[in-house]
Amino acid sequence: MPITVEICDLSANSEAVDKVFDYFDYVDKKFSTYKDDSEISGINNGKIREKDYSADMKEVFGLCEQTKKETNGYFDIQLKNKTYDPSGLVKGWAVYNAAEILRKLGFNNFYVEAGGDIQVSGQNSQGQNWRIGIRHPFNESQIIKTVSLSSEGVATSGTYIRGQHIYNPYDDKKPITEIVSLTVIGPNIYEADRFATAAFAMGKKGINFIESLKNLEGYMVDKDGVATMTSNFEKYLA
Amino acid sequence: MKAKKIILSVFLVLVVAAYAVYQRLGGSSQSNTRTTETNTNTNTNNNQNNQVAYKDGEYTGTDADTIFGKVQVSVLVKDGKIVDVKFLDFPKDQLTSKSISNHSLPILKTEVIAAQNENVDIVSGATQTSEGFKQSLASALVKAK
Repeated sequence: MPITVEICDLSANSEAVDKVFDYFDYVDKKFSTYKDDSEISGINNGKIREKDYSADMKEVFGLCEQTKKETNGYFDIQLKNKTYDPSGLVKGWAVYNAAEILRKLGFNNFYVEAGGDIQVSGQNSQGQNWRIGIRHPFNESQIIKTVSLSSEGVATSGTYIRGQHIYNPYDDKKPITEIVSLTVIGPNIYEADRFATAAFAMGKKGINFIESLKNLEGYMVDKDGVATMTSNFEKYLA
Repeated sequence: MKAKKIILSVFLVLVVAAYAVYQRLGGSSQSNTRTTETNTNTNTNNNQNNQVAYKDGEYTGTDADTIFGKVQVSVLVKDGKIVDVKFLDFPKDQLTSKSISNHSLPILKTEVIAAQNENVDIVSGATQTSEGFKQSLASALVKAK
């Protein structure tokens, strides 16, 4: 997963950036379901028991349980085969923690981005709010909206890998889903990411779910290229 | 005793909600009442099974036919209390019911998307890696309960 860190403070240094990358490396080694020697894989293959979970694992499982309740079961890390995949929460959680690392080091103007999940702080190198583009769901080299942020988190959930259901209407094994992209802006990336993941799973009703939540705004794009936005989304437009 | 009180208050809220629908639709109260009863029954069963006064969550009633179209409500319970009653389904096909519906649900703004030529610092989107896509999809399982 591509990770980007930019610090605009005069005191910026490569050690700070290294610390952030080291943290993501640590998170990946612990939570990657694609690595056989990660803690989550150890849990899923029965080698690690609940009493032996690390503090971070316990925290993530607790947050997943809380999120499941808050989303009426739409967010659930337990798969059909009884294994766990907390990836849908870990990315936003890790970006949030990485931003906190920079804050504690005394930085005020930066952003941290991992796989499209973004936490911004302060201002960009031109001394203005950070300008964030929402990617075009049908053309990844373009953007469809620009928001201006200085302390929030932005996450986008989507199904739109090219060549799959959107461009392949004759393959009936992959049904066309009704929405292709849901972007959520929240008070921080942890909140934005977990609710974007859960709301996306709700389909078209997801945007109403975001509308019903305080401090969250959303921009949903359906398969026909029609966007629906929450009542106060436009206050963030650049 | 506490459970009873809560059930009673749920019932009252639902009756009020149903009455509001009845008032706005100007007739045919039978089906609305049916929705209310379904909600109450569902919740009562939960109480008996779990020995918990009221479980947090959203409880959905069945579709109720009115002369203007279908109406469906849900109740949101937080910390054991009802915090919201929502209209999930509401008559929207006929002109006569449009203004009625506007009172119940916020109508969200829509637009056709178009590519922009703006300079940005960062891009939010989910297309970068197919692995990220697989991960987030695997995590977000839709459970029809």
